[in-house]
Amino acid sequence: MANGLFGRKVGMTQIFGPEGNRVPVTVLQVGPCPIVRVKTAESSDGYNAILIGFGTKKLKHVNKPQQGLFAKAGIEPQAHLREMRVSAEDVQAVEVGMILDASAFQAGQRVDVVGTTKGRGFTGVIKRHNMHEPKATHGTHEVFRHGGSLGTRTTPGRVFLGKKMAGHYGNSRVSTQNLLVSFVDVEKGLVAVRGSVPGANGGIVWIQEATKGIKAPV
Amino acid sequence: MNQKKLLDAIRNPHLRFDLPSFTTGDTVRVHGRIIEGEKERVQVYEGVVLRRTGEGVTATFTVRKISNGIGVERVFALHSPRILKMEVVSSGKVRRARIYYLRNLQGRAAKLRKIDTVYGA
Repeated sequence: MANGLFGRKVGMTQIFGPEGNRVPVTVLQVGPCPIVRVKTAESSDGYNAILIGFGTKKLKHVNKPQQGLFAKAGIEPQAHLREMRVSAEDVQAVEVGMILDASAFQAGQRVDVVGTTKGRGFTGVIKRHNMHEPKATHGTHEVFRHGGSLGTRTTPGRVFLGKKMAGHYGNSRVSTQNLLVSFVDVEKGLVAVRGSVPGANGGIVWIQEATKGIKAPV
Repeated sequence: MNQKKLLDAIRNPHLRFDLPSFTTGDTVRVHGRIIEGEKERVQVYEGVVLRRTGEGVTATFTVRKISNGIGVERVFALHSPRILKMEVVSSGKVRRARIYYLRNLQGRAAKLRKIDTVYGA
């Protein structure tokens, strides 16, 4: 039913596949995510959705409108909230206070994982845009990690919009699509996906059913 | 639970403890499972352990042998289920953890002096 859940990136490791092949996996601790609110098309909300939470925070850090929300649901204040559209049948099957966990995912399934990449601060063009370093020989001097020319001369007499330059890099929301779920441990709430996931260990991630899927089996 | 414990929960079941203990310089015989299309067979690979790297489930070791006059090195994942069996044939006297110098030696010079200790025997 639930096609997405909050989780935390635990870290990467390696396991052995069924044929003894080595599989690099990222371990995610998924859930528990309580349903904080259910919206239905019949009510004044006008559409079917559930609001799910993850992690707790102190009541004093919650603003008044949200305090009301959590009080009504009878749930501890949640640090992260996200609304998810669900079908009309599914919205009948859920109620406020239900806990969603890693059992929403099965091994062999494709998922998308959304995370916040590691912040890298103000970064030069070599790291930020994968530009090449200038030549170190053949008369080059005083430029080491420059990106080269910014454009032409009096025509057009300006730098084109979108020119790749140095600037803030990282700390951005990034999705990794179609990761293969290789292992699920419902008891411990662990989901292991093949490959890497954006963000630092311990970071909050959102894991959901793959939206696009893959065209041909890998 | 902390992060390491959670990771261990995933990777520890993959560890295997049935292999003999061995170290750099040992001559080992590795019975590997080879899958060729549909067929499956066992290949025995015998040589000198050049190095052991990594820890836990990611640990690997490199085995060097001379095959038809050509040096061949193979890297095995220590905990791989593709290793069916492993034996320590003999132990060589070495003074370092990585005996890459063997690559530059030939014939008698490339032989290690045997020592009596055979691990896991």
